[in-house]
Amino acid sequence: MSRFSKTLIALLVAGAATSAMAFDRYQGIGRPATTAEVKAWDIDVRPDFVGLPKGSGNVDRGIELWETHCASCHGVFGESNEVFTPIVGGTTLKDIETGRVEALVTGSSPQRTTLMKVPTVSTLFDYIQRAMPWTAPKSLSPDDVYAILAYLLNLGEIVPADYVLSDENIREVQERMPNRNGMTTDHGMWPGASAAKGGIGNGGKPDVKNVACMKDCKKEVEIVSALPDYAQDAHGNLAEQNRPVGQTRGKQTGAPSEPAGDGKQSAAAATLALANEKGCMACHGVANKIIGPGYNEIAQKYQGQADAEAKLIAKVKNGGQGTWGAIPMPPQGHVADEDIKRLVEWILEGAKAQ
Amino acid sequence: MANIDTRPGRVRPAPENFLTDEQIAAVKDGRRDFLRKAFVTASAAMAVPAVARAAGEGDPAILNLPPWSTSLGQPVAANPYGMPSKYERGLQRRESPGLTRVGGSSVAFTPLQGLFGIITPSGLHFERHHQGWHDVDPSKHRLMINGLVKTNAVFTMDDIMRLPSVSRIHFIECGANTGMEWGNVAVPTVQYSHGMISCSEFTGVPLKEILDMCGADYKKGRFVLAEGADGSSMTRTIPMELIESGEVLVAYGMNGEMLRPENGYPLRLVVPGVQGVSWVKWLRRIEVGDKPWATKDEAVHYVDLMPDGLHRQYTSIQECKSVITTPSGGQLLLDKGFYNISGMAWSGRGKVTRVDVSTDGGINWRQARLETPVLSKAVTRFNIDWVWDGKPAILQSRAADETGYVQPSYGQLRKVRGTKSIYHNNAIQSWKVVESGEVSNVQVL
Ligand code: HEC
Ligand code: HEC
Repeated sequence: MSRFSKTLIALLVAGAATSAMAFDRYQGIGRPATTAEVKAWDIDVRPDFVGLPKGSGNVDRGIELWETHCASCHGVFGESNEVFTPIVGGTTLKDIETGRVEALVTGSSPQRTTLMKVPTVSTLFDYIQRAMPWTAPKSLSPDDVYAILAYLLNLGEIVPADYVLSDENIREVQERMPNRNGMTTDHGMWPGASAAKGGIGNGGKPDVKNVACMKDCKKEVEIVSALPDYAQDAHGNLAEQNRPVGQTRGKQTGAPSEPAGDGKQSAAAATLALANEKGCMACHGVANKIIGPGYNEIAQKYQGQADAEAKLIAKVKNGGQGTWGAIPMPPQGHVADEDIKRLVEWILEGAKAQ
Repeated sequence: MANIDTRPGRVRPAPENFLTDEQIAAVKDGRRDFLRKAFVTASAAMAVPAVARAAGEGDPAILNLPPWSTSLGQPVAANPYGMPSKYERGLQRRESPGLTRVGGSSVAFTPLQGLFGIITPSGLHFERHHQGWHDVDPSKHRLMINGLVKTNAVFTMDDIMRLPSVSRIHFIECGANTGMEWGNVAVPTVQYSHGMISCSEFTGVPLKEILDMCGADYKKGRFVLAEGADGSSMTRTIPMELIESGEVLVAYGMNGEMLRPENGYPLRLVVPGVQGVSWVKWLRRIEVGDKPWATKDEAVHYVDLMPDGLHRQYTSIQECKSVITTPSGGQLLLDKGFYNISGMAWSGRGKVTRVDVSTDGGINWRQARLETPVLSKAVTRFNIDWVWDGKPAILQSRAADETGYVQPSYGQLRKVRGTKSIYHNNAIQSWKVVESGEVSNVQVL
């Protein structure tokens, strides 16, 4: 049988259903996809709602789902700026009427939220369905996505609190998106055909024109911006970010890092890598709080407590809340016991990178 | 040792100053064992500029034979996968503190300040992930083609790697490269200001070959959606014209080996001239369609805010740009005299045709040498001689491409696009040199 590849066999089986591919040149390569396979992966939703699954969900159900799956990172009202920029805020009832977010024109909002920018409601449906929650993407059913989206739209006052969003009325919602008229494709940076020829944009015409002047191009040189003093050492010691030989050296902008004792260094670095791999760093910084406390804060809190290690191992495994605030840590049961032990020991020893 | 003055324009310390009093005494006594110790701390010693002039009898680096000349070295395959010298460890990918909030949706910048030529070592290729990276099992990876095609199809890595392959050198630049600098200087070095560009040789199959096999409807299907297999399942719309040109590759190879996991192992899209976000990593699906998709990263991000409050959507081309990588921000010139100003230039519209360099902040310019190869939609290395007289200077480079487009100044760019666009900042970069030899990041209109 060795002359017959598995793909070839699959092809013979599946081939009955579909017209043959243009295999003439590349015989034995690739096979037709089954309907179920295409359905499993083809989840995209376009602005014209091609690809939108049937379903519905209301704002109340959305609140419930949001609080369980989304609020820890995005805030209860989608306002949080801790893990990512805010989703909700900065839009007005007037924007909903005009389809242009005024704060983008006046620059009055300190930050651009998702609702201020997004022109198409399909984008939100598509993205939440494919990518959120961040640590468990593709776990929501279409009805869940409708409900969560209804809640987000309600926070932006785009739909009322008793709204049931569905595949049937989502087109009406599109007509209320605050920035639906806020995009332009009149530019020269689309690498395909121009709008006039069925593509996008002006066909590649640049918007800025410079000439290669060589002599006496201007009278004087005005420096309009320089690195502020406080930012000089914000990126660490630049001397250590440059080669120790050559025509230049890096400037000393901080204390040289301590020379490392080798064995210990790699063990700590490996544990940090483990914390990254197991997703702990999505919620914990070494020095700073993200959703959960910073590791250094944890080490400080439990300093000198002999039973801390066992207690924390159990807590990480089973999850829990209340020690640091109302936000729960989900159970980390997907992490092997010995890895949890290693991580907790490392945290209590100061969570060193090296 | 730590206090040695590394500023230029002054007499270098005599070689004795490399040694402690104790070591000098040891030399006088004729004892050599300190040399072994000196070898152990070699990396520390190398932080001090080497001495050009011999003092006394001569340079100890010549007079005293070093251990590598007088002992047996390590055997072959001591490092089965070779790593750079330990003296090179300063050159690493680094994050810019405060730029992002979580490492899974962040950027690690390439240390351009220490790189030569046009190829980025794979381990230093910049990273940008939206939902972390995975090391995908290649035997379980699939590429699906669907949409406006005669046959929806599935390919394994075995299938794809059996097809005729091409290898091509191209740059990949994130659309947000230099984005922190739109309004003002924000970062100290070229790693952070320009380090979201890399250039590699990619090996793979033109996507057109695969779409041909599946019987793509090229009449109706003028847009293609590329989708990743990671958590974010990154999606981007690509124009069919680019695919028909044969330039867009479904690539598995990078610089002679497989792609690195951080760069999409085992399969990524290569879209020459177009911003990095479209080079979808862990590529799992290509859909042919008749309209663009307005995905999250083409409707909420990677949209350029203009002064009138409108966002430009589907901006994809990386326009002509260049930057001097040495001397550059955060570096020190060791002394007056000759320097080789070196940098990189690129254009998403084709080949770089010239690069001009100014040392007086843009009043006068000289044409730099373009080193070979000069390839379309690839990084081109440029070099130019410079004798530094010890006086203040402002170094700039300005590239032009085969369409006649000339890289703009900050003044020209801001006049049209304001300062809040985030994306596609290709302005001329300025590095200020002061008498002490310190080089720093400044902006000149
Ligand atoms: C563990 C933290 C986390 C959780 C939980 C989470 N998100 Fe997110 N979310 C993120 C991050 C990080 C991003 C940015 C991803 C990127 O860079 O592409 C994001 C992006 C988004 C965006 C796009 C915002 C924009 O402007 O690009 C939406 C919408 C969103 N999340 C909705 C949700 C919903 C709905 C849920 C719950 C079902 C959820 N998120 C749960 C972390 C999280
Ligand atoms: C989705 C977010 C999230 C993730 C992922 C997460 N944590 Fe936590 N963690 C939290 C929160 C929130 C708290 C605070 C809980 C509380 O207040 O009791 C916490 C608390 C802790 C504590 C202190 C517990 C106490 O009682 O003081 C430790 C130790 C800890 N986490 C370790 C880990 C480790 C190790 C991992 C990875 C295996 C991890 N965490 C993953 C959110 C998270």
